[in-house]
Amino acid sequence: MADSGVTDEPGTKDDVHRAKTEGKELSKEEKQRLRKEKKQQKKNKEKKDEKASHESEKKKNKEEKPVSAAAPASQPPTQPSTQKAVPAPAPVPVPVSETPALADKPAKTKADLKAERRARQEAERASKQAATSKPKAPPNELQPVVKRLPEHVQVDNPGVLKKLAKKLERQQTPGCNAATNAKIPLRLDYGYKVSLFSHLHQYSRKAPLTQQLSIPSTVIHPAIVRLGLQYSQGIVAGSNARSVALLHAFKQVIRDYTTPPNEELSRDLVNKLKPYISFLSQCRPLSASMGNAIKYIKKEISNIPSQCKEEEAKRKLLSCIDCYIDEKIILAAKAIAKSSIEKISNGDVILVYGCSSLVNHILCEAFEKNIKFRVIVVDSRPRLEGREALRRLVQRGISCTYVLISAVSYILPEVSKVFLGAHALLANGYVMSRVGTSQIALVAKAFNVPVLVCCETYKFCERVQTDSFVSNELDDPDDLIVTRKGKTQLEHWQDVPSLGLLNLVYDVTPPDFVDLVITDLGMIPCTSVPVVLRVKNVDQ
Amino acid sequence: MELQAVLMAAGGGSRMTDLTYNTPKPMLPVGNKPLMWYPLNLLERVGFEEVIVITTKEVQKMMATDPKMKIDVKMKLDVVCIQEDGDMGTADALRHIQQKIKTDVLVVSCDLITDVALHEVVDLFRAHNATLAMLMSNAHEFTETVPGQKGKKKTAEQRDFVGVDQSGKRLLFMANEADLEDGLSIRKSIMRKHPRMHIKTGLVDAHLYCLKKAVVDFLADNKSISSIRGELVPYLVRKQFSKTTNSPKIKDDNLKQLLISSRDEPLLQLAQERSCWNDHRGDMSEAYHGGKLRCYVHIIDQGLCCRVNTLAAYIEANRLAPKLFEEPAVHPSAVISERCQMGSDSIIGALCQVADKTSIKRSTLGNSTTVKEKVKVTNSIIMHGVTIEEGCNIQGSVICSNAVIGRGADLKYCLVGNGQRIEPEGEVHSHKHTK
Repeated sequence: MADSGVTDEPGTKDDVHRAKTEGKELSKEEKQRLRKEKKQQKKNKEKKDEKASHESEKKKNKEEKPVSAAAPASQPPTQPSTQKAVPAPAPVPVPVSETPALADKPAKTKADLKAERRARQEAERASKQAATSKPKAPPNELQPVVKRLPEHVQVDNPGVLKKLAKKLERQQTPGCNAATNAKIPLRLDYGYKVSLFSHLHQYSRKAPLTQQLSIPSTVIHPAIVRLGLQYSQGIVAGSNARSVALLHAFKQVIRDYTTPPNEELSRDLVNKLKPYISFLSQCRPLSASMGNAIKYIKKEISNIPSQCKEEEAKRKLLSCIDCYIDEKIILAAKAIAKSSIEKISNGDVILVYGCSSLVNHILCEAFEKNIKFRVIVVDSRPRLEGREALRRLVQRGISCTYVLISAVSYILPEVSKVFLGAHALLANGYVMSRVGTSQIALVAKAFNVPVLVCCETYKFCERVQTDSFVSNELDDPDDLIVTRKGKTQLEHWQDVPSLGLLNLVYDVTPPDFVDLVITDLGMIPCTSVPVVLRVKNVDQ
Repeated sequence: MELQAVLMAAGGGSRMTDLTYNTPKPMLPVGNKPLMWYPLNLLERVGFEEVIVITTKEVQKMMATDPKMKIDVKMKLDVVCIQEDGDMGTADALRHIQQKIKTDVLVVSCDLITDVALHEVVDLFRAHNATLAMLMSNAHEFTETVPGQKGKKKTAEQRDFVGVDQSGKRLLFMANEADLEDGLSIRKSIMRKHPRMHIKTGLVDAHLYCLKKAVVDFLADNKSISSIRGELVPYLVRKQFSKTTNSPKIKDDNLKQLLISSRDEPLLQLAQERSCWNDHRGDMSEAYHGGKLRCYVHIIDQGLCCRVNTLAAYIEANRLAPKLFEEPAVHPSAVISERCQMGSDSIIGALCQVADKTSIKRSTLGNSTTVKEKVKVTNSIIMHGVTIEEGCNIQGSVICSNAVIGRGADLKYCLVGNGQRIEPEGEVHSHKHTK
């Protein structure tokens, strides 16, 4: 880079000298310098985005003036990316001519040394560019090999939003009319977002995505539109229910699918599913279990041999889906119930939180086996899902107590065990579940009450998270508004500029608070999750 | 394909025979567009590409010649003609086209003028997997004097009683006053499941229904049902709570047909079981009380939704409909002299000729109408091809196509039929001048 050459002018000679003696050190220092230059470039880029490019040009011109000798006469354009490209080819011929010059070291002019240094820097940068992925957002600067942040947690970065909009535009289902420029609509965020969570999406339930779609939906399969609506309105809620409903919708899509001519089912069907998945993730962010199910289906589709006939292929896929649901959800629930019943003894007082389909299943099974226990259902606003859990347990005949989460420390002395459901189990042993779960686990730990988490293996996910801020879901803030005695206090919350309503959906519980995880593979401690994931990957 | 649209345009307009004895109701001009253009435009805006239009041969001929229909409507219209004798009800018409119906159907009546967001109705239909979803609106009273009526006459419309649940979306009860002899009786099973019910009487049914395909097949087998609004909808609403629908053994074959379950029913059941959602709370039953037949309604409070089936509604529609669209009030081909006083809420059609010293306020002039000098037109609807001679004073009237109003006539709250002539210097008040 032209400007970097300038800043390092005083140390040039020393570095070149050191280069001959210790090649390694120089490259390390150069790496540091490169990092600094990158940072400066980023700063320049950001400043440019806000102000006129004119000013940044001036800055660069100033820096470039002394380095006029070897730098090409053309003032490189304002984009630093092209800046990199333009000097790069220019010095490339230079090192070729200068490598013989390197041999006779002392008799070198200042300009030659400068050009040499720049050439070396460019060469190293080019090689590094080839090796690493594109640097994305500022946090990734410090590591040479960057890991991409998923798009759904970069909502406050306008560049990422633009990219998402473009991606949705490009995802057109093939075969639709050329006249109808069909694309997946982009759902807009709603209301003021609390600054700590401004990198997440926040949608309003009153503005469904179907507003922007045509009514006999041709772009997206009707089953998927129905599913998206049910997700966004909360009619299908809960990790297992969402996965089952997703697979059911995919079955309908596969049934209605016909391979276009000159296309292969294994490739075309996967492409067909991509816009549907983006549509669903706009309606409600995908859960870890849904993600795993989608990965499984995509793998099954790609594994279909090309000489397979369409009817047979479809039949195979449908039976794969049925198999998956049977194994991973229904049978897993049975296995987990069987293991958990060993842990429930007569006279137990079990505490459950919210409405987990798996925990409810376990308790009902235990009741069928005539174990005498009673249940305390803890509930929290705004979802108040505990009411549904309470209804299902009482309908079976189990004696229950119902409290709100604010009373959990009063009721814990009575409790002998805590059973929690999970939305996902992360690779570092953290449990991601409904917001409030970590609080219950913490209080239970304080009272020395064992906490057991029940989770099927298909919910295990390779993500690593240690706090609830980085990746979460923001629900509709208007859900927090409640009307009591005819008065709705928060009705005009949007008019108050300093007020933000936050409706979090998930939180993570550290493995220190969880005593046992009951899965269909057995009862494992929280820290064994990576082992299970490794075994699963080997299997596949 | 998700939904097929069906436009019912074979109605006779039995409550406004003065207007429809010559022009069929679907082609009556409202804001200088044929009445059936409005629902077609609604369907087109929302994204439909094909509509099945059920109509009579006469209307089909008129549609082919009308410039508005040919140019503005871009969708593919599949016109199905039925006999004009008027024996066919809407359900009969649906039965007639049963072969063409391949998916769920959206039935619209040709006399509906609305700007509702249609996705609200269809979302209810999709999200809850409903059998029926319909649209209703809170009615407004018509305040304008209706021409041809001597004095203010209270319309003897039979009231509709509509019962909805607390959320205002689920349809629990629907009956017309004519069917209730002594009083309104509500079954205990409904009260047990939905203890809080709101009963509304002032609602206008927009005659826009989303029906499942199974309902159309059910109609094909039950030839006794002839009207959607009058018989099918109350039947479906009643059957939501019928014991036979909710018991595992369904004896009635008819109902069995209605409750045709989709493939993968056990998967759907599993998803519903595992989902922690319920549409009501307070009792021990699962979501929807386990009922498979569900009827939903979307009630709009604001916005325009009117059905043009009486004269009063026709006049109201003429006033409100032009606000829906941003077309210029004066058609570019109309010739209007400079000394004409035209209010901003008047509409002048194509090829009109308006002479000097005329005053046109709050009125609609149809295509090819000639208005001579010194004419005052207030609050009136003038259809196509009318000639109004000098010095006339027309107030609050409806003049049908091709009529001629003689010189110096004074018309107040009149209805002049098709092709009629008003004598010069005639004074007509509150009279229907038809053949």
